[in-house]
Amino acid sequence: MKIAEQLFLFLVFPGLLFSATMGLFVGWIDRKLTARLQWRAGPPWYQNFVDFIKLALYKETLVPHGAPKIIFLGMPIVGLAAATLVSTLVLVSNVKPHSGFIGDLIVVVYLLLIPPLSLIIGAFSSGNSFASLGASREMKLMLSYELPFILALAVPIMKSGSAIRLGEIILYQQSNGTLIASFSGAISFFAMLLCVQAKLGFIPFDIPEAETEIIAGPYIEYSGKALAILKLTKSILMFVVPILLVTLYFGGLAFSAAGIVKTILSYLFILILMIVIKNTNPRVRIDQALRFFWTVITLLAVISVIFAYLGY
Amino acid sequence: MGFKEKILTKSIYVFHLSSGSCNNCDIEILDCLTPRFDLERFGIVLVGSIKHADVLLCTGSANRLTIPRIKKLYEQMPKPAFVIAYGACGSSRGLFKDSYNTGEPLDEIIPVDAYIPGCPPKPEATIGALVKLIGKIRAKKGK
Repeated sequence: MKIAEQLFLFLVFPGLLFSATMGLFVGWIDRKLTARLQWRAGPPWYQNFVDFIKLALYKETLVPHGAPKIIFLGMPIVGLAAATLVSTLVLVSNVKPHSGFIGDLIVVVYLLLIPPLSLIIGAFSSGNSFASLGASREMKLMLSYELPFILALAVPIMKSGSAIRLGEIILYQQSNGTLIASFSGAISFFAMLLCVQAKLGFIPFDIPEAETEIIAGPYIEYSGKALAILKLTKSILMFVVPILLVTLYFGGLAFSAAGIVKTILSYLFILILMIVIKNTNPRVRIDQALRFFWTVITLLAVISVIFAYLGY
Repeated sequence: MGFKEKILTKSIYVFHLSSGSCNNCDIEILDCLTPRFDLERFGIVLVGSIKHADVLLCTGSANRLTIPRIKKLYEQMPKPAFVIAYGACGSSRGLFKDSYNTGEPLDEIIPVDAYIPGCPPKPEATIGALVKLIGKIRAKKGK
């Protein structure tokens, strides 16, 4: 019974089915808003679903000559499983704040690392030089955003009494007000937002998959079902990472009548902010990104941690 | 028209290949993605990698240097895949019909599904050709 319930959680409701549907829909919001910002009409709402079905059902899946088949085709599935697990953990913690275990935030941080990592392994295994170039850039980008990301994450943990648990952070914000309203929380949110921008591969930091210079980077050799899974992973992350930010800084998801409106507004605020940043900035070089994250953003994160320590 | 044809025609990823064109057709292709025409409305996007593509949009008169590469790219495309010959050169070698360097037109190298004449074709002509290609795919049901 317990296993069946957990399988349901993982595969259907907050897990695979729900987050994939929401992710593809959020992907449409991204495309539509991008189109409107460029004065275009943009695709219809079902566009991402059609793209996914086409790639998953009707297109051939090719494996490059000399690539290890199991690694090349298995890595997208590992990434998808990790992304699904993130969305399950975050959403279940939101629905039942008391249900999490100590350290589930650390698990989320580690699981968020797996999709890019599996993409790197898959790209290196394909043997394409553009893919290796993209993978090496992805690796450098990971090194650059991970330090400020974890530093900024320390602020919600310190504020909520050093319990490294998502539910604890939600409960703290329910009784003490949202973290974004505090000084250290606002600075840490800003640093976190830019790290998340890089984590999702959005434009100022889409260096690994720079379409105009290294074609599609790590994705170049993927086709058919494998490409569909990679796109789905990206969509799920695009859906769940703003929810993680809502959980950490905006008091989590609320399910009362006024709470739902507030939740949706804060979710859309984060999403639209990310899309607008994406559409108003040019791509930076990898050395610029590294310098930016290790100086400006790390400094901001350290300042926010100091203020959180002082109690602001 | 079945479900498969509908899905295939609602989401078209286009790979743009220049086999020795004068760059005029290539600029016209990009025109189709601008706010005035916006082909993304119909789910048509340009992709960078041939492995993602559904349609190979080939500009330029295929010359001796590019013919092996065109064949290679066509073989690398995941099927079902379609080819459009773009512009006068792509359709029939145009001005370079008698050149020493352009041995055969594109449709004798790889199977071509639609032709877009013009030097360069207007974006309206491109959209017209895509509509014809979509009609062709939808009529293919059962094959």
